[in-house]
Amino acid sequence: MTAQAISVVALWGATILYAVAMVAYSVRLAREADARVQARRLVAVGAGDASAAASPSVGQPADGDASRADKPLVVRLPRSATRALGIARAATLVGLVLNGIGVVARGIEAGHVPWSNMYEYTITGSFVAVLILVLLGRSRDTTFLGAGVTGLATIALGIGLTVLYAEADTLMPALQSIWLIIHVSIATICAGIFGVAFIVTGLQLFKDYRDSEPKPVRVRWVQPIHDRGFRVFKGRGMRFLEAVPKPDVLEALAFRLIAVGFVLWTFTVMAGAIWAEHSWGRYWGWDPKEIWSFVIWVIYAAYLHARTTQGWAGRKSAYLALVGFVALILNFTVVNFVFQGLHTYAG
Amino acid sequence: MARLKIDNYAIKEAPRLGFKGWLRWMWRQVTSMRIALILLLMLGVAAIPGSFLPQWPRERADTARFVANNGALGELLDRLGFLDVYGSAWFTAIAALLFVSLVGCIVPRTIAHAKALRAPIAPVPSSLTRYAPLAEGEAPGPLDHSVGQLTAHLRPHPQWWGAITGYRVRTDERGDGVAFAADKGHIREIGNLLFHAALVGLLFAAAAGVLLTFRGQAVVVEGRSFTNAVVAYDTFSAGRLFREEELSPFTLTLDKFESQFSDAGRPETFAAHVTVTEPGVGTRQEVVRVNDPLGIGGANIYLQGNGYAADLTFTDAAGNVAFSGPVIFLPQDGYYTSTGVVKVPDVTSGDQVGLRATLFPTAIGEGTEWISIHPQPANPVIVFTAYTGDLGLDAGVPQNVYRLDESQLSPVRDDDGAPAVMVIAPGETVELPGGAGSLAWNDTLRFAAFDLRSDPSLPWMLGFSIAALTGLTLSLFGPRRRLWLVLTAQGATTVVPSTDGPGIHVQGAVLAPAHDAGARAELERAVAAAVGREEHA
Repeated sequence: MTAQAISVVALWGATILYAVAMVAYSVRLAREADARVQARRLVAVGAGDASAAASPSVGQPADGDASRADKPLVVRLPRSATRALGIARAATLVGLVLNGIGVVARGIEAGHVPWSNMYEYTITGSFVAVLILVLLGRSRDTTFLGAGVTGLATIALGIGLTVLYAEADTLMPALQSIWLIIHVSIATICAGIFGVAFIVTGLQLFKDYRDSEPKPVRVRWVQPIHDRGFRVFKGRGMRFLEAVPKPDVLEALAFRLIAVGFVLWTFTVMAGAIWAEHSWGRYWGWDPKEIWSFVIWVIYAAYLHARTTQGWAGRKSAYLALVGFVALILNFTVVNFVFQGLHTYAG
Repeated sequence: MARLKIDNYAIKEAPRLGFKGWLRWMWRQVTSMRIALILLLMLGVAAIPGSFLPQWPRERADTARFVANNGALGELLDRLGFLDVYGSAWFTAIAALLFVSLVGCIVPRTIAHAKALRAPIAPVPSSLTRYAPLAEGEAPGPLDHSVGQLTAHLRPHPQWWGAITGYRVRTDERGDGVAFAADKGHIREIGNLLFHAALVGLLFAAAAGVLLTFRGQAVVVEGRSFTNAVVAYDTFSAGRLFREEELSPFTLTLDKFESQFSDAGRPETFAAHVTVTEPGVGTRQEVVRVNDPLGIGGANIYLQGNGYAADLTFTDAAGNVAFSGPVIFLPQDGYYTSTGVVKVPDVTSGDQVGLRATLFPTAIGEGTEWISIHPQPANPVIVFTAYTGDLGLDAGVPQNVYRLDESQLSPVRDDDGAPAVMVIAPGETVELPGGAGSLAWNDTLRFAAFDLRSDPSLPWMLGFSIAALTGLTLSLFGPRRRLWLVLTAQGATTVVPSTDGPGIHVQGAVLAPAHDAGARAELERAVAAAVGREEHA
């Protein structure tokens, strides 16, 4: 079996396992959410404490309903939920190992670090995102994140293998530099970190909307003609959010991730400037890739400031974090495919 | 004459801000975080058009074509600065306001922080129980010894700079004991200020770089030399503060240009082997590669391009050699299908001659249809057409050496009356129809396109970048903790048996952000230090 075959087979295996993990994580999330709703109902009718002691339980206070949150809610998880989490974790771990094998085998096949074109970034970036999920899971409960991250990784790997796939090739002279290893690897790690932060922030916003009273959004400049406002969110839908931590917990996690990502992104831009100085004789030339890297940096910088600015903290800053990741994806896709620039070999 | 009023409130009796008041109000606005945030977002949005519209400084030819093809829209975009976004008034204005806001923010904060660093820290709260869980310990005493150990542990360097890395401490007497407060977190604000100051530094370094830099392009054919002087460059541009005598007078000879391609024609290696002669220093041999510029006298030489040069000789109708030398062929695609122009103004008599030629390194085809299938010169062929007439060189207007001005030229025609297309291979001589002359291809050489650039601001840019990165890391990850320890002498009532004097009860609490996982362990270590246990040391 050639390195090429090993790489592709391992990556397809990883894709399938990530998909399995995503489904299993989703099942777990749904079951846990159901169990929480059930537990709250029992508390409401005053029968909660009697049957709690005998069953396996998660002793976290219920999220969402502030009036009843003081009392620890005893949640009885069905066995299927425990089993689903087991399947999800195992599939994620084995998928991660296969993803790693796929990346390494690709590197061996190509004879250089496997991040010189879009296919290679995609498989490496997916690896980093899932690795972050696993690493986060060592110190905190990340069950609620699993479906999102493995789902993102499934999509990324699937697109990588079907659309972006390119035969391994030697490095052209412009890429023969130590900075390929430094600059591109850190950029890829950033994409993984910002991707996980994107999922966390998305959950934070959904949870925030769900927890807050369903009230119509009023658009100021539409009010004269349409005064009733728009109902953009049905307050009690998306029951899986019952199993997701409170918005402020998610916000704190997203901030930690983005803080790390921002420092690394700053380094990526600086390392890119040094490489550009070595290779093209100028450190900054407003090349489309440079422009978008700058835009991403500015958006996340704005996020970090918005977090601590009155009137911006909370939802508004969370939107900035989402926009930042969208810009990152645009920088990776549209800028590579559509715009002409010095980074075109990256396609 | 009605007096111009700045203030025009609806309420007559309301106090007026006045000119100074408005200035102060504007300054407050500009330096407020809200406005800074909006400016930051505006800067991000304003940068985007430059990524999908052609830009004058980046691609001159594309931009000119864009303006020509888009009529009024192109004209409008150009007028509004969308075709030179980063030099436009609006982009500069946003960036300038942002930096004004930044300076207006960090200067007062630096002053405030310098004061805060010297101001005494807050005393220990009267009751620590609110900050549970508490850490407890029993020390044998005496009290002074415990306090000394605790101070040495939390503030290893008593000098003023010790406050940056260690804790700032304060001790107060409390009853029979000592209340010990320690505060850390300045590193965060110091990092924050360092980061923002470094950004200002980067801006100034970049501005200085624009003024002091020079950059020039030179194309050198194998075996030929280049002398570092402004006239020797094909193109040369310099900042306002650059002086010509700053160019160090070295000579660079391209001995050999080495290139390797894969079977599919993908480039694998480009290396320009050069000999550099510096007056007073001597001669040395160097290799310039794509990612490996050569530094000479404060400037860097970058390998930016390469291609073929054909050594051609043109003999005119009278039989005299009218032109001889290497002609540069600029590559047009990945297979090095290259175009070149030969201008022969000095013919013995009659019309001047111009040749428009295309070189195919590995040519296949026949007649007028040729393509190159590999960049290496396995089967080089030049296909050319000849023109006679006036080359337009005597008009005094500077001409592009790579372009033939056909306005006063007519093609040399073959027997059928169609413009003649001629094919030549190395070593061959081809006669032009109608006895207009003959062309001989003597040799195939390589050329290298070098960029020479000197930017004295580079070390500063690097320094400020490192400072910015360090500051950013400190400001985001520097711990912010407050430790409180109350040491109470137990006197005779102590329950702990002690050998030397009365025992001391140590009670400690820590105040830190919820995500600070290391705070608890830090408190435990402090208590251990006060107690005299060395387990964590």
